[in-house]
Amino acid sequence: MEKSFENLTITNHGIDRRGFLKGMGATGVLLLTANWSWSQEQQKKYGGEGMPGGTKNDPKLFIAISQDGTVYITCTRSEMGQGIRTSLALVVADEMEADWEKCRVVQAEGDEEKYGNQNTDGSRSMRHWYEPMRQCGAVARAMLEQAASLGWGVDLEDVRATKHSVVFPRGRRRAGFGELAEAVARLPVPTGSAIRLKRSNEFRYIGKEQTLSADGEDIVSGKATYGADLRSVGMVYAVVSRPPVFGSKATSYDADAAMNVKGVIKVMEIEGTMAPSEFKPLGGIAVVAENTWAAMKGREALKVEWSDSPNDQYESQDYRRQMEEVSKKPGKEIRAHGDLEDALAKAKKKHAATYYLPHVAHAPMEPPVATALLKDDFLEVWAPTQAPQAARTHAAERAGLPLEKTRVNVTLLGGGFGRKSKADFINEAVEVAKAFPGKAARVQWTREDDLRHDYLHTVSIEHLEASLSSRGKVTGWLHRSVAPTIMSIFAPDQRNQAAFESNMGHGNVPFAVPNLRIENPGVDAHTRIGWFRSVSNIPHGFATQSFVSELAEEAGKDHLKFYLDLLGEDREIDPRSMNDGWNHGENPETYPVDTGRLRKVMETAAKEAGWGKRMRKGRGLGFAAHYSFVSYVAAVLDVEVKKTGELVIHKATMAIDCGAQINPDRIRSQMEGSCIMGVGLATTGEISFDKGAPKQSNFHDYQVPRIPQAPKEIAVHLVDPGKEVELGGVGEPGVPPIAPALCNAIHAATGKRIRSLPIGEQLT
Amino acid sequence: MRTIRLNGEEHRLDAPDDMPLLWAIRDILGFTGTKFGCGMGLCGACTMHMDGQPIRSCVTPISAAEGREITTIEAISKDSVGEKVQQAWVKVGVPQCGYCQCGQVMSATALLSHNSSPKDSEIDEAMSGNICRCGTYSRIRKAIHTASAELKGGA
Ligand code: FES
Ligand code: FES
Repeated sequence: MEKSFENLTITNHGIDRRGFLKGMGATGVLLLTANWSWSQEQQKKYGGEGMPGGTKNDPKLFIAISQDGTVYITCTRSEMGQGIRTSLALVVADEMEADWEKCRVVQAEGDEEKYGNQNTDGSRSMRHWYEPMRQCGAVARAMLEQAASLGWGVDLEDVRATKHSVVFPRGRRRAGFGELAEAVARLPVPTGSAIRLKRSNEFRYIGKEQTLSADGEDIVSGKATYGADLRSVGMVYAVVSRPPVFGSKATSYDADAAMNVKGVIKVMEIEGTMAPSEFKPLGGIAVVAENTWAAMKGREALKVEWSDSPNDQYESQDYRRQMEEVSKKPGKEIRAHGDLEDALAKAKKKHAATYYLPHVAHAPMEPPVATALLKDDFLEVWAPTQAPQAARTHAAERAGLPLEKTRVNVTLLGGGFGRKSKADFINEAVEVAKAFPGKAARVQWTREDDLRHDYLHTVSIEHLEASLSSRGKVTGWLHRSVAPTIMSIFAPDQRNQAAFESNMGHGNVPFAVPNLRIENPGVDAHTRIGWFRSVSNIPHGFATQSFVSELAEEAGKDHLKFYLDLLGEDREIDPRSMNDGWNHGENPETYPVDTGRLRKVMETAAKEAGWGKRMRKGRGLGFAAHYSFVSYVAAVLDVEVKKTGELVIHKATMAIDCGAQINPDRIRSQMEGSCIMGVGLATTGEISFDKGAPKQSNFHDYQVPRIPQAPKEIAVHLVDPGKEVELGGVGEPGVPPIAPALCNAIHAATGKRIRSLPIGEQLT
Repeated sequence: MRTIRLNGEEHRLDAPDDMPLLWAIRDILGFTGTKFGCGMGLCGACTMHMDGQPIRSCVTPISAAEGREITTIEAISKDSVGEKVQQAWVKVGVPQCGYCQCGQVMSATALLSHNSSPKDSEIDEAMSGNICRCGTYSRIRKAIHTASAELKGGA
């Protein structure tokens, strides 16, 4: 049952998998028919309700119980390694008293009207879906109890659901969920007031230290289905030759040599979109073949002439110098108070530093890939997408079909990190499918394609200046951030950072400084810029956290004490008072920036890492703490720099306060992964341009950490906020503090300041 | 037509000499557990065993498999070491996205098959060809030690 069901959802062999509900209906499924809605009066504009499609808590959408007792829980968010299929399902299972062993997770297709928002980014899944999923599970539990009490003719108060059964203790009666499935399906849905959420001491799975995984066994046995794992008879495989420089297009091509490769079926042009690129394909020439290898060989043989591009001159060193020039002059004011000029003029001590961070590529282990099938005026897509509804809208438009005739099935994502929010690769698959009606068409990106045609993490210059009083207090703070904006993919003339970029650790710094100015001088973008895990927090966090360490040194103070002093009194800061009207989309009333919570993670990480202890020569501890995605993270890295310049990271100690911890094991794993990603972008991560094109092409020249470069130990401490707070993000906030903590540790070990990433050969 | 021995069975397929085993096995034979990550032998996502040795199937032409025994993730649970590795992986909660993990399991199985109690430096060496972009390295290390302890306990 279990296996065939999963194969129906997304099958490895044959791609017809409709009819889940029909098949399940025949075996008696709990399908609630009433239109359930929980009151959501408070947060209309913010959080999950502020997202397109909002949230839903209707159990009929998310829960099905079969007569064999299996509970099917639908996950609407994309799984890319954060464990959301497990974490959201365990919330439902817990509230409905289902036994996790008897639960299966079903992946929802892209349909935001039906399921609510599915755009899996911004570290939002748990914080927006925890409550709706609890409510959904609680309603199901109430109905199961009601079905049993009616069946037995006993009072509702005398029965209770427990571990996949409903029991009537006095009468020693028990009915399994499977036995109740049919009866419960006929019940009206109880009203809101009849639904009781569990008290936290009743939780079975929520907040418990245990390793549960919806997909673990499938993953380690090769059964899990990723973007390239769907197969059907007669399927065609394509790779695409894309413009080497963004903004260029194919002017002519010679397909003969490609067609001569055995297995190549067709060479076809895919029309590209000039700036603004949005999420549309770059265009190029697709080579379609009987298998991936033939398509790749065909592409090698293909000859294409490309037009000039306005970005032909994009060269990373030049661009860096331009940004440095720009950073010397005032730019768009993001936030200001006091009189910074006066503070700088009168200061006993001043300090300035300029930091550089290059583009980095997401490089998910699974390169972009998508499969599409256009058959009888119906388009079906299978793709590892973070944004299923956007993918659906794009696919429908490409195929000239209405949304109802377009279905996007979401596979597991072999990593996303923001790359797979963009539908460009899905559009390509639809274009090829249009040329092969009735056949499934896959477009496979190679690693070279992935690194050369990413929506790259921005490149930036961060310039900071500060004044210090004679007692070593910061009296003035200037931070100019210069970086091409993500908005440039929607409007090419956008030269300034959007609110969602500035308020990632640039404008919204919670520092107690009397004179402050935050500026953003504009620059043009010359490549596609996109969201990369933790986004602008990376450059902003690196610069501020490195600079705080430098200032502490200037002031002759301990870094931790200096930073705590800079934060000032414990207080809840209204983001609007920092000119942050965005606040990660959350309500500023319920999501203030809480310096007390930041202090607590700082102190926890410091204490656990033994901050202040004596270190051997060549070894040092480095500290950083950063607020992002409405969570608080501090990190201490213990590093050694050998005489040869070799860097060894002995230990990373991280502390996070993300509010309540729903699935602690996956919070830890996200911190561990964030640490490695942070180490990677600090040590080797760089995409640089020459004549408009990225120089790097694969993992030999775009290096990411391997096991020997990983910290020998990563200790993650989950910090209890100690008060009622809303949930924070988990997937991204672990990244920003890592690079600065690492570089601060290198400074502690060697006296050397790293102001330009990646570290590369700077230590040798 | 050529024949390869895969997971204990003979398979007949039509593929040119230079087609990497990865694509022959994924696209033609339909075993999709083995993943594509780089195509240049740099990431280990495509790791299979050839006569028990780990190979990068993206750079191993099918012609090199002639007369050899190929094992992929689909059959590794039949190997007593492989099975322990898989169990340890689940128990420790190694996978995040999971895309690299079939390759990791194949490399770890090969390591533990000839060295049942590897030191950390030996783990580094044996596993350094397998990239995990999600950064599961500390758990990979832990799971290898877990599997190692299990193997010794069971012996
Ligand atoms: S795909 Fe073979 S080593 Fe990367
Ligand atoms: S688990 Fe995602 S790449 Fe390793």
